[in-house]
This record gives sequence, structure tokens and C-alpha cells, in this order.
Amino acid sequence: MTSGTAQTSEIIEETHIRPYTLNFGPQHPAAHGVLRLVLEMDGEVVERADPHIGLLHRGTEKLIEHKTYTQAIPYFDRLDYVSPMNQEHAFALAVEKLLGITPPLRAQYIRVLFSELTRVLNHIFTITTFALDVGAITPALWGFEEREKGMEFYDRVCGARLHANYFRPGGVRLDTPEGLLEDMADWTENSVPDLINNLNSLLTENRIFKQRTVGIGVVSKEEALDWGFSGPMLRGSNVAWDLRKSQPYEIYDKMDFDIPIGKTGDCYARYLVRMEEIRQSLRIMKQCLDNIPEGPVMVEDYKVTPPPRAEMKGSMEALIHHFKLYTEGYHVPAGETYTAVEAPKGEFGVYLVSDGTNKPYRCHIRAPGFAHLQGLEFMSKGHMLADTVSIIGSMDIVFGEIDR
Amino acid sequence: MSLNSFARSFLLSEIVKGMALTFSYMFKPRVTINYPYEKAPISPRFRGEHALRRYPNGEERCIACKLCEAVCPAQAITIEAEPRDDGSRRTTRYDIDMTKCIYCGLCQEACPVDAIVEGPNFEYATETHEELLYNKEKLLENGDRWEAQIAANLLKDEPYR
Repeated sequence: MTSGTAQTSEIIEETHIRPYTLNFGPQHPAAHGVLRLVLEMDGEVVERADPHIGLLHRGTEKLIEHKTYTQAIPYFDRLDYVSPMNQEHAFALAVEKLLGITPPLRAQYIRVLFSELTRVLNHIFTITTFALDVGAITPALWGFEEREKGMEFYDRVCGARLHANYFRPGGVRLDTPEGLLEDMADWTENSVPDLINNLNSLLTENRIFKQRTVGIGVVSKEEALDWGFSGPMLRGSNVAWDLRKSQPYEIYDKMDFDIPIGKTGDCYARYLVRMEEIRQSLRIMKQCLDNIPEGPVMVEDYKVTPPPRAEMKGSMEALIHHFKLYTEGYHVPAGETYTAVEAPKGEFGVYLVSDGTNKPYRCHIRAPGFAHLQGLEFMSKGHMLADTVSIIGSMDIVFGEIDR
Repeated sequence: MSLNSFARSFLLSEIVKGMALTFSYMFKPRVTINYPYEKAPISPRFRGEHALRRYPNGEERCIACKLCEAVCPAQAITIEAEPRDDGSRRTTRYDIDMTKCIYCGLCQEACPVDAIVEGPNFEYATETHEELLYNKEKLLENGDRWEAQIAANLLKDEPYR
């Protein structure tokens, strides 16, 4: 009898297993870049998810303190490298606010047009790679074809397919070349809607996709607000919040568009929100293309923006302005501002402090992905390892902006 | 669950629909290109490999004003200059570290004489790092090789600049 009891207690001691620690990433195809996730597993169930960041840290904020305002713009392309122009937009708006200038109407239309183009491209990328994470390869192949066409517009307007360096404080770098707006209209009307319909019929009702996403990574309304979520992560949890509606910048108050919200707050709701956001972005793009006025695309104040080439060649004063702007840059009046835009991933903000010199005193960048990644811990608790992958996919994280 | 949705679920209707859609792509024209032999078009504004241009009479354009060096956010450009024998101011050294360059295009924007440009070439991968540290000779050689295309692109972009 006594030996029998001893045996039982031994068995109980042996069955008490410490959580298994699993290192996920940083070189994992589903980690979306350089996410290193330390997972404590109970069997295949995640007990604790600890994201380790910093592998793509480049010190952008500090570098910007040592660059003139013009030189700082390329850094913004490289934060969230899937949606470059939206971030340039935030910085350009912040500098304009401090300078007290408003870009011409045509520039505002071009900026909104390209911000929405970027949103479409970003969401195509997110949805298709999300589908790839949960096992569907075809959407990625089709989506990247469409992205390629969109990046061609980038190439035509600024000369680069990703790192645009196109939005400048005071307007945009160059006017749109002939034929571009017509091609964009054709793309928004014929090409993208086809892709959306195809993705819709491949994914939305698909039982495998739904099994991997419905009820996974549920974020309640309160949790989403408490953790500082924004963008589709917040709207997927039934909060109607969009900076384009709540505090319209540029010409968004003239645009007619809707804000889609999800009811359930799970990965599937976020997918649906992004799908609808593409359609709404296309609507905004169409309105921009229909109503875009003629006129200059840069503020004609040569203390801030470089004079046109022909004038620089002919006028001594313009040449001096040109030299001054490309060496010393312009001085921004002392002050501080927090300016945020609705980037595809959420609220992208720039907190800019100027001390009156030609370089920012401080430039803090509020990246939406950083707040979302914090939520990974509570979102993946109690889910399977494979569900963590679909949660990461639905969060739309890009490490350029998280690590900065 | 209604009978309708049960039947749809039982007959794998959404899977069949997806398969049919994928199958229909078999009959669509292919969208890929055979890269080294076929290339996608690039815009006149394309920012590729750098080149230093010359005037039609063979004189180099660069006047060593160092605006490009000053504006370069990556500090990839190094210039040294002194007056030449005929008294004109020219560079004695013009280096671009292509591995530092971020291809933002600010150098060509800053250049008052269109000397430094980012040309249409994007196929200049090398086997070593050293080969990507371009000096003046290499940049001028690039300029001579790509001049026709660079000039055509600048002409196309002229109304917007």
C-alpha cells in the first residue's frame, strides 16, 4: 500500500511540466520582418507571448535632429516601407503647421490622391500576405500584380517605386506627368475592383480561411482603446474612429467616403475592414481625379521652397535662394506640434519641436504598429501557435516603423 | 442552419467557386516578364545609377559648387576642388559611395548645372564593395555611356521642373 502511494505522488510530480519556451523568429517567414517572439507554450497553447523588438533600430529620430528639414523626408519613407507617402505626409503637415503655410489646392489633391493610392497598396499587401500566413498562396500572386501597377504610378510621379521622397513641406516635388492621372483613373475603375472581387470570392466565404480567423485574437472595444490601438485594429473592434473624419486634414472634409467598422474584433473583422477600406480609398481617389484643379503644386515662397529651374537659371535672386535652400535649408519658427495622419496602419503622428534653427530640435515618431504589437501578449494568450501567426498577420506590423 | 446554407456548405460551394476562379486564370495572358531579356518600362524621372554629364563640346558640367555634397542626407558624396590651369573651377575629386547612397534624388535636384544626375541604369550590381565606391572617372564614364537617354529624359521632364 505505502509503495503504491509513493508511486502516485511521483507520477503527479512528473506530470507537472514547466512551460515550453519557443523562440519564434527573428528569421521566420511569418514574423513579418524581424519580430522575435519568445513564446511560453503549454503543449501547443500559447501561455505568454513576449515580443522582442529593436533588431531594425536605426536611430531615425536622433538622425533627424542632425538633418535639415528637407533631408529628413527620406527617413520617413523608410519607417513603414509599405506605405511611404503617408508618413511623408505627416512630416510635411507638421512642418507646414510650424511654418504657417498651406500648400496650393492642387498639391493637396495630389497628396490625398497618393495617400489613398498608398493605402490601397498597403491593404492589398496586408490582406494577401495575411492570406499567405494562413495558407492561401494565390491571393499573394494576384495582389502583387496589382501592387506592381500601383508602384509604377509611384515611379512615374517621383522616380522611385518605394522610397518616394515626393511630399515636401509646402506641396509636392513635381507636378504629375502627362497621362498619369488618366491611367490612375483607369486603374481605380477597372483593375483594382476586379482584384477585390476575386480576393472576395477566394477568401471571404472560404471555410479554411474562416476557421483560421473567426474568433481568433478577439480585441474588445475597451481593450482596443486601453492599448492605444488605431486604424483597422481599432475599427475592427467596433469603434468608429478615423482621423480623416474626426479631424480632417487637407481636403478630406470635401471627400465623400465611409468608415467601415467590424463588429467582432477578431482577425476576420480586421480583414473585412481592410477590404472595405480599399473600396472607400478607391472612392476617394476617384473624387480626387474628377475634381483636381489646375495650378501650382508648391508654395511660391522661395524662402521655403526652391524656385523653378528656369527661374533659377535666369534670376540672381532665385539662384541665391536655390543655394541657400540646398545648403542651409530653411529656418522654422520655434514651437512644437503633434500632427497625425491616418496612415494605412493607424494613427501615424509626428511630434516636432523646433528651436528656430534649420534643424528639428526633436522629432518623435508615433508609429501605430508599436502600440499594436504590445497587444500581441493578450491577443494570443490561450490560442494555438498557428493562431499567433494569423494574429500577427492581421495586425499588419512592419518593423521599420516599430523599431524606427 | 437553413437548408440552403447547409447544402452550400455540404457541396463545398465556396471552395469550388474559388477553384473555378483560379482555373479561369489559366486562360488569361501571362503578366510576368522574362527579366534579363524583357524589361518593364521606367519613367523619365527614374532615380538609378549616378552619372556626371558633359557639355556637348566635351567639357565637364560640374563646377564644384558642392551643393550635392551639402544636401546629401547620407553624406555619400565627397568633393575636392581647385582651379584648373585655365582658371576655371573644377573638381579634383568626386566620389560617391554607392553603398551609402539612398537614391533620394536630392543631389540632382540641387545641381544647378544638371551635372550630377541619377540615370536610368539600375543594373550595376558588383561582386565587391570596393567596386561600388565610384570616383570621378567612373561617374564621367557613366555619363558618356548614358548621355543619350539621360538627355532625352531631362527633355521629357523639362516642363515640370
